[in-house]
Amino acid sequence: MSDNTNGETKKEGCVGCGCGGGGGGSLPPVAAQDARRGFMFKFGAGLLGIGGALAAVPIVGYIIGPARSRYRNEWVDLGATTLFPSGQTRFATFLNPIRQPTDGDAAKTACWVRCVETGKFQVFAINCAHLGCPVRWFEQSKLFMCPCHGGVYYQDGSRAAGPPPRGLFEYKWKVEGGKLLIDAGRLPGLEESV
Amino acid sequence: MNRDAIIKLLKQPVQWVEERTGVIAFSAPLLTHHVPRSAKWWYVFGSATLMFFTIQIVTGVCLGTMYAPSASNAWESLRYIDEEIPLGWMLRALHGWSSSAMVVMMAIHMLQVFMHGSFKYPRELNWITGVFLLLTVLALAFTGQVMRWDQDAYWGLGIGAAIVDRVPVFGDQMRALMLGGPIIGGETLNRFFALHVFILPGAAIGLVGIHMTLIMKNGISEMPKPGEIVVPSTYRKEFEERMHKTGVPFFPDAAQRDMVFCGVCLILLVFLAAYYGPFGPGGMPDPTLINTNPRPDYPFMWIFGAVSLLPPASETAIMLISPVIGIAILVAVPFLSNSGERAPSRRPGMMLLAVFVVMAIVALTWEGVTSPWSPVMNGWSALPTPTQFVKGRTPLQMQGAVVFQYAQCRNCHELGGFGGKRGPALDEIATRMSPDQIVRQVQQGGGNMPAFGKNLNSAQMTAIVDFLSTLRPANEPDSTIPGAQLPLPIKSPLTLNEPFTGTGVPAEIATGASSR
Ligand code: FES
Repeated sequence: MSDNTNGETKKEGCVGCGCGGGGGGSLPPVAAQDARRGFMFKFGAGLLGIGGALAAVPIVGYIIGPARSRYRNEWVDLGATTLFPSGQTRFATFLNPIRQPTDGDAAKTACWVRCVETGKFQVFAINCAHLGCPVRWFEQSKLFMCPCHGGVYYQDGSRAAGPPPRGLFEYKWKVEGGKLLIDAGRLPGLEESV
Repeated sequence: MNRDAIIKLLKQPVQWVEERTGVIAFSAPLLTHHVPRSAKWWYVFGSATLMFFTIQIVTGVCLGTMYAPSASNAWESLRYIDEEIPLGWMLRALHGWSSSAMVVMMAIHMLQVFMHGSFKYPRELNWITGVFLLLTVLALAFTGQVMRWDQDAYWGLGIGAAIVDRVPVFGDQMRALMLGGPIIGGETLNRFFALHVFILPGAAIGLVGIHMTLIMKNGISEMPKPGEIVVPSTYRKEFEERMHKTGVPFFPDAAQRDMVFCGVCLILLVFLAAYYGPFGPGGMPDPTLINTNPRPDYPFMWIFGAVSLLPPASETAIMLISPVIGIAILVAVPFLSNSGERAPSRRPGMMLLAVFVVMAIVALTWEGVTSPWSPVMNGWSALPTPTQFVKGRTPLQMQGAVVFQYAQCRNCHELGGFGGKRGPALDEIATRMSPDQIVRQVQQGGGNMPAFGKNLNSAQMTAIVDFLSTLRPANEPDSTIPGAQLPLPIKSPLTLNEPFTGTGVPAEIATGASSR
């Protein structure tokens, strides 16, 4: 194999070198050959490197895209405020404003709406502040309980017991035209208040 | 035609291929290489792991012909495979059971190699490629669980995302990278699909290739004997001499044992799959169906257990750092000791370590399965109050039993052996706490119990305390001492988690109470 390659290189070298080729098969001195081969190698490596980098831009960009792009939360309509009577905590669902065509049911999102008093709300994310399992509301004891590791929260969302490091995540809300809107989108995370 | 002519005729195409590919010259040593005569039944587990891996590839490709890798259809397509495609359920069952079997075989193989010190010179890299194979297979198991795209998969991803989110500085970006966006959705499933069917199997096949090449290069280690120590400078030469003199060809001497064991495993696998059927899919992946109790698959149960038992204050650090340390230790094993004794009897410390690790994983798995830290979410509505706790009680006490149930106390506390295990069982609470202490505990909480002060009115509180004060065996006194001054002075904050040994109670009663 290596013999073959050398043969090719020699010929190519001769064609490209402009040595006149007076002697037909006469070869340039060994030193010149080596120098040319060294150059060819570096040239090839350089070309491959540039080509690889060019090809890598879209590939890497495609894969890390989601980490860079700025998805916007949007105001989502949870329905008329009358659905949430004063002093009660109610379950509500909405379609996530950030969604893709293939999300299916996964784009549905749930939250807990507490109407503290008429016109004053607290809207909690369904995700436990510990590791994100769905918390459930217990009207009788006025507690949220998490099925995963036993996190418990009071009705105002503050941590009552268990491993969660903080209270429940809360959505920003506003009332417009008699409807309750929340600022929703990305999955709630530890570092932010939603 | 005579026999020789036939053989010659048959040989011709073989020679034709061999002359052009060298495939026989290349692969013959795989069968003919010498292995130690002492390599007996201990050595079958690696082969069995490889066999299960092969089953995974075959069944995986089959499932790939029907599975819809899209969050909007994946769950339905699995149901379709289970219910409509002939034998589809069996293919899924084989894939699922073989996956568990592969993890188990791999663990046993690794344990055997560790106990026999087979990772020592010159097989350090055999061990290290094995560690990476283990990680790859675990990653395959996790991504495979995601492929089911049911509630466990969805919330399991949520837990994974929440852990990744805790990485300092880059947590948010890493979470987005993992989920393929800001939510768990279509892109998440497809990312995990690409990992599960392209990247990880490719990595596993490559690693298996390296692992096998190293086995061919370094030979199979002999059964360890006390006193036969590994000296790197002379080991290889002596080993090769011994193989030459006393070794036996892999095929058929060692292979026959592999064949027997793999055969038994395979038959068991088919029966298990046929009898128990496929894993899931569980509830549909609709995050608004929150009456769910997310649990990981068995290979990860011990991690679930460990995460639940971590002290909250340090849990982030432990969750993020311990996997790194764990992997580093596994990789470092052959570097920490690559020569000397291999016999288990001469390495008692290592044996203790192995036993400890196995026991820890078994115990954590058990904790994960029983998850005593999780409230029984329907305890309050579904569990009866055992008759012995209501018989002969006053109306007020019975009212208390109702409040006890109504206020979801039962979700975390057992009565008569049923209920949550998050808090202590209350069958004999009156022997440990006086009514005043009960009031205080219920009102203010503490010791991992929420405060119920705001949620119970005074009538409810009176009733519940009256009821709880009756909870003690008939022959045991309650915690109020005849003649003692009431209320009992409470000097230190008392929690339900600590047995009451406190203040002003004669020692014999206190011990009697806490000996339960
Ligand atoms: S996820 Fe809720 S307690 Fe862990």
